[in-house]
Amino acid sequence: MTDTAHETHEVDLVVNGAAHRIDVPARKLLSDAIRQDCGLTGTHVGCEHGVCGACTVLVDGTPARSCLMLAVSADGRDVTTVEGLTEPGDRLSPVQQAFKECHGLQCGYCTPGMVMSAIDLCTHHPKSSETEVRALLDGNMCRCTGYQNIVKAVMMGGEAMASGQPIKTAETA
Amino acid sequence: MKPAPFSYLRPTTLDEALAALAEHANAKVLAGGQSLLPLLSMRLAAPAVLVDVNRVPGLDEVRSDEDGVAFGALVRHAALERDADARRVQPLLGRALRLVAHPTIRSQGTTVGSLAHADAAAEMPMVLTLLGGHVTAASVRGERRIEADDLYVGPLESCLEHDEMLTGAWVPALPARTGAAIDEISRRHGDYALVGVASLVSVGESGAVESVRAGYLSVSDTPLVVDLSEAFADGEMSPGNLAAAVEVASAAIEPDADIHATADYRRHLAGVLTRRVVAAAHASLTTEGVS
Repeated sequence: MTDTAHETHEVDLVVNGAAHRIDVPARKLLSDAIRQDCGLTGTHVGCEHGVCGACTVLVDGTPARSCLMLAVSADGRDVTTVEGLTEPGDRLSPVQQAFKECHGLQCGYCTPGMVMSAIDLCTHHPKSSETEVRALLDGNMCRCTGYQNIVKAVMMGGEAMASGQPIKTAETA
Repeated sequence: MKPAPFSYLRPTTLDEALAALAEHANAKVLAGGQSLLPLLSMRLAAPAVLVDVNRVPGLDEVRSDEDGVAFGALVRHAALERDADARRVQPLLGRALRLVAHPTIRSQGTTVGSLAHADAAAEMPMVLTLLGGHVTAASVRGERRIEADDLYVGPLESCLEHDEMLTGAWVPALPARTGAAIDEISRRHGDYALVGVASLVSVGESGAVESVRAGYLSVSDTPLVVDLSEAFADGEMSPGNLAAAVEVASAAIEPDADIHATADYRRHLAGVLTRRVVAAAHASLTTEGVS
């Protein structure tokens, strides 16, 4: 039997299109590997047991709690974090821009998880009703902004993605 | 918190997975991980070995026919919830899956994993029991079928041996002239329910109520199903009979108190939901057509 405490695994991840080969203990959570081994700290760690939603990322295009997946289990998978949403020229993606326009964040701690959950909905169901948006976001907790503006932002982001029209911002209006 | 150290194995065949479970006494199967990872991170569980079965082929199929719905150990809640044939053959599956945790959890968590986790506060063990389904357990010693009634033996405890893993589950089709409904009350959407109730109501050719059964969440150590038919002896879905059904249910359940609800409050909720869900199951017969 191997020495469990010192057992490590070589893991290949593609994060936001970039290949990462990392060497991690079996117990390392994907959330910690993204932050510590890939150096991408946009993914936030809140409760670490799947309740708060702050660590939500896309794994092979499907939303997942990165604190509820082992890094070693994600070997060979394609991960998208909030950093991967940035568009050419360092522009915010429509959903991120909508969060800015709607004042969908204050402290910003829950925002990466909110945005990653919203991306999936806005991509597959861009014309979701408010009820559907609220049902999606019931797995993401915010403790300061309140949910009204977050729901507005997701709906605006979805409309922008469906229409392909940029969101009118305070600067461009 | 972080999980305690463990060894990690990722078999690529079922035989390899079963051999690993046979070899290591303190091993756990990792499928969707949506219940296991929190247990590890909170150090409520510290297995020596994790056997990740996610790369084992052949366990991710949903097969529906007129008899029922079979689904493999790697079928995610979201995939089963989306499966149109499964929803048609056994509508209670999709209705219950919508109440399981949050969409993001459902996209990774497996329904069979939830059945193996054996939580009497979770929807799917209760639904399996109410429907009279079964699971298939495999080990190096062979395969066995376990009826839902025999699967659950205590809080978070199933009759699975340490070297066994569930490879799939099956639930029967909704019988003719039968309606199904489920509802629950939780403090926040997606939380564990304070109380949940699912019900199957069957009527005869004349439309008279013949059988009423209800399953209960969070009011007992193991998934609980209560036969409420005696309250409907005259065949009517009447307010008086529903009140009698609440009495029958109340005598059968044994809710515990915790920081979220007193036992009396849970008992009250069980009564409210019994009335609501039995009536909804009966009403679904007319809205969905009797076939």
